[in-house]
Amino acid sequence: MRNPQFVVSQDLLLLRRRAFTTGAVLSAGAVALLAGREALAANAKTGAAATEADVRILNTALAAEFEAVAAYQVGAESGLLSSGVLAVAVQFQGHHKEHAAAIAATVRKLGGPAVSAKAKYTFPVEQLKSQVDVVRFAAGLEQGAISAYLGAVPLFADRALAQVAASILGDEAMHWAVLRQVLGETPAVPSAFMS
Amino acid sequence: MNVGRVGAAVLGFGGLLLAAAANAAADEASLRRGEQIYARCATCHAIESNRTGPQHCGLFGRRAGTAPGFDSYSKAMRDVRIVWDERSLDFFLQDPMKAVPNTTMGYAGVKDQRERDDLIAWLRQASRPGQSCSLSQ
Repeated sequence: MRNPQFVVSQDLLLLRRRAFTTGAVLSAGAVALLAGREALAANAKTGAAATEADVRILNTALAAEFEAVAAYQVGAESGLLSSGVLAVAVQFQGHHKEHAAAIAATVRKLGGPAVSAKAKYTFPVEQLKSQVDVVRFAAGLEQGAISAYLGAVPLFADRALAQVAASILGDEAMHWAVLRQVLGETPAVPSAFMS
Repeated sequence: MNVGRVGAAVLGFGGLLLAAAANAAADEASLRRGEQIYARCATCHAIESNRTGPQHCGLFGRRAGTAPGFDSYSKAMRDVRIVWDERSLDFFLQDPMKAVPNTTMGYAGVKDQRERDDLIAWLRQASRPGQSCSLSQ
């Protein structure tokens, strides 16, 4: 295993530089628009019950995105992150905010109320004593997010929503790989398939 | 003394020890795999705190929809008459939305029987309140 501190100082300089120079392939707004338009058409085709089921799945994803935003906030405010790691964490938090905005917009277009962020979240802050602890915690959440979206993709009645979920899944997978790289875990991408 | 019988007994005892060791190793391996599978749940669940989904501490023997302090259950989960044990978890985890229609757990499920066995074995050990975890309110 590589020394995490060394990896942080070396790799994040590069990551940070790249983070602000590359653009998203599909903006959150475009994703929401696509999902909403297709979803409205799908509603007529698949029926209200299927749309309600899609909304339930989306709202669970939305709740998890809000929680991810809050978790990154805890990490950002911990005082444990170097400036390089902090910049990447804030960028990833921004992605989760974009996911949440896109999902919430889609839920509303489908006619369902979107869940709100909780006033308070419980995280194992007593176990977060170093930068490595914080990054490892974030990596665990990102890994879980990949699995969650992977488990949601086949369930959507509206295939456009499955496409949106897959798009978000791809982003979570990149977060996880970057955080594993920061932690010095090798290989950073541990397998050819996710489950 | 019949040396042949003693030898057979020793061999038999040794065989039992080996079998026990193999079972213990298999259990350890199963628990390790179960913990890795639980990582898939980590964005919504934790053992010791309510998250997007309910805490798992105290799961076994608890009625579905009654985790302390968790207020985001679907009506379907609150109303379903399930007490969580190996059998009900195996049924639920295979296809949550089929097992409890209208659950908010929008997840396709853990389809592989061995993976479910490993996950449930690990959950049983990790969710014992007062022993391996503390219930949060």
